[in-house]
Amino acid sequence: MNLPRQSVWRVLRSVVCSIIALLFLAPICWSLLTSFKVPAEANAAPPQLVPSRLSGENYGALLVYGEGMPRYFGNSLIVATLTVIGIVLLSTLAGYGFSRFKFPLKGVLFLALLVTLMVPFQSILTPLFLVLRTLNLQNSLLGLALVNITFQMPFSVFMLRNSFDGIPRELDDAASIDGCNSLQILWRVLLPVALPGVVSVALFAFLASWNEFLAALIFLTDSEKFTLPVMLLNAQSGYLGSVDWGLMQAGITITVLPCAILFLLLQRYYVSGLVSGAVK
Amino acid sequence: MSPRPAQSNTSDPEVSRPSHAAVPQGSKGKRMRRRDLVGYFYIAPAFLVVGVFFICPLGLLIWMAFNNWPLLGSPHFQGVTNFISLFQDTTFWDSFWFTTKYALVVTPAIFIPAYGLALLVNSRARGTGIFRTIYFLPVVIGLGTASLLWVWLLNDQVGILHQVLVRWGLLHEPALANANTAFVAVIVMVVWKTVGFTMVLLLVGMQAIPDHLYEAARIDGASWFNQQLRITLPLLRTTFALALIMSMVGSFLAFDQFYIMTGGGPHNSTITVVYWIYRASFTYFKLGYGAAMSLVLMTALTLLSACQLLVLRQRTD
Repeated sequence: MNLPRQSVWRVLRSVVCSIIALLFLAPICWSLLTSFKVPAEANAAPPQLVPSRLSGENYGALLVYGEGMPRYFGNSLIVATLTVIGIVLLSTLAGYGFSRFKFPLKGVLFLALLVTLMVPFQSILTPLFLVLRTLNLQNSLLGLALVNITFQMPFSVFMLRNSFDGIPRELDDAASIDGCNSLQILWRVLLPVALPGVVSVALFAFLASWNEFLAALIFLTDSEKFTLPVMLLNAQSGYLGSVDWGLMQAGITITVLPCAILFLLLQRYYVSGLVSGAVK
Repeated sequence: MSPRPAQSNTSDPEVSRPSHAAVPQGSKGKRMRRRDLVGYFYIAPAFLVVGVFFICPLGLLIWMAFNNWPLLGSPHFQGVTNFISLFQDTTFWDSFWFTTKYALVVTPAIFIPAYGLALLVNSRARGTGIFRTIYFLPVVIGLGTASLLWVWLLNDQVGILHQVLVRWGLLHEPALANANTAFVAVIVMVVWKTVGFTMVLLLVGMQAIPDHLYEAARIDGASWFNQQLRITLPLLRTTFALALIMSMVGSFLAFDQFYIMTGGGPHNSTITVVYWIYRASFTYFKLGYGAAMSLVLMTALTLLSACQLLVLRQRTD
């Protein structure tokens, strides 16, 4: 009596889970399918469920849309790469500094960094715009990357300080006896052990930068500097003529793909970062 | 030769440790000072960036709020004029109440399904991991991109969701053209995109609850519902509080979804605070006024964050 009832529950749970999974995937899959439709069918009203044939025409059109897809994809990639390099470098050094050294005002400085976490960048948009303009970093990919780095910093330093704190100090002592200076200890001994934390930090920085919309909208003004989300918005609002929905879906697919792949590959690091960032 | 010092080190840790600790004592002043400088060297680059791109703008924000600050041309001091016009600006207060309403509606709209999903995938059964991954997948898509995707799904010409809803009689006009349906549409999109995040937070909390509590409850004959009510919910209290505050703060900063999906319309009915700051600063070029509004927003968010600190302190006690 007990066993069959349990297995009924199990089947029921799987069915419910699967239906919900389909609902979650439907928008993404529908967009993906539409991106491979012939342009005429992608723009058909009402929409057709089954395409007559698959085609790459939308992706071809995207290649030469505006400044060309490679330019926008490249812009997004440059900003994300600069953000990841900057955040990994700066937060590793700072996390190491806060974990292993004693210096006056250490506690105050760490707290000051965490307070940054409470002031979202949306609330200092206007002065940030002026600062960037003064430094000639407005309408610059480097400027956008620096903004991303700044607002990703508190979480990253916090996360990496915890990673370093979790490594026994005996490792440092041993390396120090072997004649390593503090930078060599960090590079050769601690960094390999703290690598999971570094990967989490890099992954969060990449996703935050790749998906950033408001800052890119405000700080980038030339269309040749646009990142993917801004370019897609312009395409959807019919900036260059009427909206081509097939091209839009090809653009959305290309924008979503890197995030989805990175997440699927590095899921473990994402969740561990999320947990330590949110719960601790 | 070489193994010997290592050996003496491991076999005699008690001797080696005091002698190690004694090293700084020998030349205390100098060594301490050098260690100090080294620590600053490591944190300096991070603080340089945060100083230039966070502290400077923060200071500037306060100064700007008391100035008439056009985009071009020179600013001039005007005292609290910005704040006076701010308190008389009905558009700002409308946007403030709209944002509050949005935050209060979207937070439970995310939480209730997130709790259900967390219960569903909190199992060691085979294949559950795949479902977890799928429910979480929309979280890594950008909010801007997700908004664009849903504008297309709801388009009255080519949108498949629009077709389905019209066929079921749930929709009679384009969803984003009506204030109420546009509000619902944005909330459905945000739930789709963020419910996985809250689900994982709750899941981590649930998995930290020891199994023996449920076993004991089962032996005592407690029903599943009673177990939820008496064990899971009370023990998830702090997780709930933290996730709620995170969700409230995030919702208060809403911009992308409204800018892209509704454009603040119809009839300016869906303008959020950040949207209004954006418009004042970068459409009307009243930067000082935008700064004054930002200060009000920041105060509201600091109050929310203070609640978060209070919750955290309660937990560590």
